[in-house]
Amino acid sequence: MSAAPILSLSDITTVYGGGKRAFGGPRAEVRAVDGVSLELREGEALGLVGESGCGKTTLAKTILGLLTEKSGSIRLGGQVVSGLRPEAARRARPSIHYVHQDPGAALDPWWTVGHALDETLRIHGVRDRRERAARIAEMLMAVGLDTSFLSRYPHELSGGQQRRIGLARILTLRPRIVILDEPTSGLDLSVQATVLGLFNDLRHRLGLTYLFVSHDLSVVRRMCDRVAIMYLGRIVEIGPTAQIFAAPAHHYTRALLAASPTLTPGSLDDMPSLRDDPPSPTAVPSGCAFRTRCAHADEQCRVERPDLAAVTDTAHGHLAACHHAFP
Amino acid sequence: MSGTDTALLEIRDLSVAVGTDEGTASILDGVNLRLTPGSIHGVVGESGCGKSTLIKAILGLLPARGRATEGSITLQGRALLAAGQKSAAQSARGRDIGFIPQDPLLALNPVFRVGDQLREAMWQYGMSADDPQRNQPRAVRRRVYDQRLVELLRAVQLPDPEQALQRYPHQFSGGQRQRLLIAAALACGPQIVLADEPTTALDVTTQLQILKLLRQLARERGLSMLFVTHDFGVVAQLCDTVTVMYAGQTIESGPVAATMSNPRHPYTRMLLACHPERSQELKGIPGAVPSPLRAPSGCRFHPRCPEMVADCQRARPEAVSGAARMVACVHCHEVAA
Repeated sequence: MSAAPILSLSDITTVYGGGKRAFGGPRAEVRAVDGVSLELREGEALGLVGESGCGKTTLAKTILGLLTEKSGSIRLGGQVVSGLRPEAARRARPSIHYVHQDPGAALDPWWTVGHALDETLRIHGVRDRRERAARIAEMLMAVGLDTSFLSRYPHELSGGQQRRIGLARILTLRPRIVILDEPTSGLDLSVQATVLGLFNDLRHRLGLTYLFVSHDLSVVRRMCDRVAIMYLGRIVEIGPTAQIFAAPAHHYTRALLAASPTLTPGSLDDMPSLRDDPPSPTAVPSGCAFRTRCAHADEQCRVERPDLAAVTDTAHGHLAACHHAFP
Repeated sequence: MSGTDTALLEIRDLSVAVGTDEGTASILDGVNLRLTPGSIHGVVGESGCGKSTLIKAILGLLPARGRATEGSITLQGRALLAAGQKSAAQSARGRDIGFIPQDPLLALNPVFRVGDQLREAMWQYGMSADDPQRNQPRAVRRRVYDQRLVELLRAVQLPDPEQALQRYPHQFSGGQRQRLLIAAALACGPQIVLADEPTTALDVTTQLQILKLLRQLARERGLSMLFVTHDFGVVAQLCDTVTVMYAGQTIESGPVAATMSNPRHPYTRMLLACHPERSQELKGIPGAVPSPLRAPSGCRFHPRCPEMVADCQRARPEAVSGAARMVACVHCHEVAA
């Protein structure tokens, strides 16, 4: 793993709502991403984990440039690419691409696979028809398909094949950073294993950097070098995968790991479960956002918001935002 | 109730075929399954293996062109489905067998209050088979039913049960909606609950809450549960026993711990080896699940099986039983725990 950051976010905040309604009062502001700082290193796979509504997808879309951050800065390969309107922001970040959660829905049912792949390249300004055909053929091979798929329609493909096409479409654009949003949801175990193997293989072969958005911890553990845990718009813990899974420091991470099903049969009664649902992002608790569900919360947690801090002096790059972190 | 050896629900050699425009699809082929009182039984398999059709057959909800071609389903000796039928004259759905669907948002009607929807099954069947309320005036029945529902909502740990009946589905979170449907499944006091991937759409933290709730309800009420899932992790957490299905056939079953630590059928072994926790090099099983229109002869797994021999194509392997386990593979001659 090389140490050079290819992408760095500094104190990014993305907000929904705000402003005024057409008639009447102000609209509530939702801070879906609230002061996130993150570095993506060249060639690594970083997992982004959290419950639904925690801001994972909003963060991914902000990195991509589809949503404009309210504050903070984004640097891509050393250059500042933040503070732009969506169209300019997207143009400034040509090396970042996004694979949809449901690639079947992202393919037009009336278009053949070949047509869809070709249009992607045309939109991105590849004029030479022969070059387009060559790039498409190359990437279809790379994802384990062949050119016979070009004349097929999306409904003729299985779930695993749709995902491969979704990936091939992005790869023809020669990205350096690929954001994978829940890339294995809805896949059977056997297909999932094949697709994950393909992701790994392509990352090493093409030198890609992955931001791996998922809620499946067993997949993240297997695929990622580092993991970031999000809760209500903030990163509460980040560190090397092995350390996070072996010695989670934040109480939320511990609860998440404990709830994740493993193949070892165990008694449900012994498993600690979190109370209730996460609070609404329109009413984030004061201090530590997790305190309402945390068994160890006290007065300090209510008043003071914990910042990300090194868990131990020896643990390299393992940070947690908790007043009562496990050492 | 009798001992744990007798089955509450028994499925014997059940084959279901559905007529399609392209020919007859054999969805289930010789399925065997026993549900003993008070146990939670998992049914695992990839999509297209017939898990959902099995549930529909038990509920008497086979598609219009679907028929049982062989075998039977019996509930405490009473036939629910026999060969040649689409469903029994009188279904046990709702009354003896409750059902928890996969997607709570699809199962609840967005324009009706939750209370009206939960009462519906009770208007239809009463609170139980011998419901003393059946001959009462409507207003009295409604009051009794509402009381019962509030109790149920409390049992499924939904906050503020009295108010909940007046609200609409969109006013609940995903986990709360699943709790509502668990309450609906229990409304008529069934002995058996069928659950079709009820936690697939939920976060792991909410999933754990729901699994713990199901476990607790099963224990308190002496319920038996058939839990369909594709997630071996959930089976390990929740179930006592498990059946593995492939392309409409039951290929292996037994206690969860023994089956998962020492799987005997090649398919079970290969599927478990695909799990990110166990997978060595992240490779799937070569090939794909066959279409039910063109089901392979003999053991349906033989085209993808590395241990295939000539016998596998010829005939369906005899099921070998022992120590509460069952394996249907020609290479397996005896099973012990």
